[in-house]
Amino acid sequence: MYGNAQIDIKEKSKSLIEGEDPVKLAEFEARIIRGEKIEPKDWMPKAYRNQLIRMIEQHAHSEIIGALPEGTWITRAPGFRRKLALMAKVQDEVGHGQLLYSAAETLGKTRESMINDLINGKSKYSNVFNYPALTWGDTAIIAWLIDAGAIINQVTNSKGSYGPYCRALERICSEESFHLKYGHDNVVYLATGTAQQRELVQDALTRWWQPIMHFHGPPDKVSEHTEILMKWKVKMATNDEMRQRFLDEYVPKIWDLGLTIPDPNLKKNESTGQWEYTEPDWEEFKRVINGGGPCNKERLQVRRWAEERGAWVRRALMKPEQKYTVPLA
Amino acid sequence: MSINTGEMKDIKEFLYKIADDQLIIGHRNSEWTGLGPVLEEDIAFSSIAQDKIGQSLHIYEILHSMGEEVPDIIAFARKAKDFRCSHLTEYPIGEYDFSLMRNFFFNHAEHLRFEMLASSSLEPLANLAKKYKGEIKYHIMHSDTWVKQLGRANEESHTRMQSALDKTFNLALGIFEESDFADALREVKVFDGESVLQDKWFEEISSILDKAGLVIPERSKWVPSYGGRKGQHTEYLEPMLEEMGEVFRLDPKAEW
Repeated sequence: MYGNAQIDIKEKSKSLIEGEDPVKLAEFEARIIRGEKIEPKDWMPKAYRNQLIRMIEQHAHSEIIGALPEGTWITRAPGFRRKLALMAKVQDEVGHGQLLYSAAETLGKTRESMINDLINGKSKYSNVFNYPALTWGDTAIIAWLIDAGAIINQVTNSKGSYGPYCRALERICSEESFHLKYGHDNVVYLATGTAQQRELVQDALTRWWQPIMHFHGPPDKVSEHTEILMKWKVKMATNDEMRQRFLDEYVPKIWDLGLTIPDPNLKKNESTGQWEYTEPDWEEFKRVINGGGPCNKERLQVRRWAEERGAWVRRALMKPEQKYTVPLA
Repeated sequence: MSINTGEMKDIKEFLYKIADDQLIIGHRNSEWTGLGPVLEEDIAFSSIAQDKIGQSLHIYEILHSMGEEVPDIIAFARKAKDFRCSHLTEYPIGEYDFSLMRNFFFNHAEHLRFEMLASSSLEPLANLAKKYKGEIKYHIMHSDTWVKQLGRANEESHTRMQSALDKTFNLALGIFEESDFADALREVKVFDGESVLQDKWFEEISSILDKAGLVIPERSKWVPSYGGRKGQHTEYLEPMLEEMGEVFRLDPKAEW
């Protein structure tokens, strides 16, 4: 599950191609225009490599951090059907992390150093996972609507230019489509169930609406920087374009279930075809992404704890050819 | 085979014992999701957990067909004292060495149990055993590989694995607590009994632990952790069941 890469627009656009061989750069860009995929051993501009590492790494971190809020509900899922499905879903998310770390490794950064950057707070993950999953209703909303937002992002990015990332995303999307079905089924059962179940899911939707609106990232500032990344097919759509696609597909489905979205201004403008809505609080978004969210600390603490507790296992895998002989006395 | 009411009750107890073990250890293994020492182990523990919980569901379905409650009620709304799981399965996940050693002991016992049950006179049980020993084979491959690797990789991992073994062994012996109905099941050729199973198990694990450079406690120090099969559990089972049924019990009649 993943929203959108945090593009660092502080870098001057010129710096993206500074020092690059103009002939190689032209060949590279021509390949992308022809729709060819760039493979690990091919020539690529430094900024392309760095941007992709940052993007795939953030995506991978989002998968393994995203496993935490849902994972805590595996032990509480009501009934065998939900328990088995949630276990399989969260397992998929961790598997996506594994796949994505491998894709990022093809660009030259090791999994270990990516995970170190995550637990040191140097590298980000999807902001949405800094909020708690308070009830079973929250897990249903996450599995349906956060995964839905992620699919929109991932299907779009799977048409990008970097081969290993695109292929990873195709596999991820086919699994995510089952998560979406699971999440939707879960929400339908709650929304059409007892009064208590309905309240669970409505409260969860109310709580999660703002993080959902934050999910695809702040409105893009159109910069030359963004234009180059779009030309290189690193960034495939603007954050607002993806948010519009999400609203278009899912708001009617939410309303069909008789649920209330906590935004009185939300409506589709029939003449422009665009959804109008109250801008979510982007100051809060910034605050949370910079560590001020309700769960930032806890998420990283859990991850750090897992890394520390598992370090001896990884050390024992370092030299498989080496055999330890137990001393006789 | 025709079974009388007394035997029926014995068979049910026997099935509860098997299924409860699988459900509880499966649940515990699922607690590794997101927390494993390497991502591959999160994924492996989750697969194993899904298999075990799936198998327990199948056995609860057989129990339901014999007049017991539906599986969701059996698993999510039963009291701790009515569970028949062994103490080994109940412990929290602890460190990876403990969870791995627990799986190693449990998987071998379970695999051999299903091998014995594959020729059971109780047909649904024999069919299920044939089907599931194939799945459990992979659980064994997983735990054997890791036990052998960590037992010999370096001093740190060896020491950890040996101490996990020492801590877990008596708990593992608790799997083989004989039930009052053992003779009855043997007579009707449903199951040959726990002591037969334990002997087979001991032979099998001994050769692997030997390869791993790990030492089994001397027989004189064996103190099997019995009680689970009679409903006497560790302090860990009740809070775990509380958590497991937390949402379900909000409204057991609701469809979730």
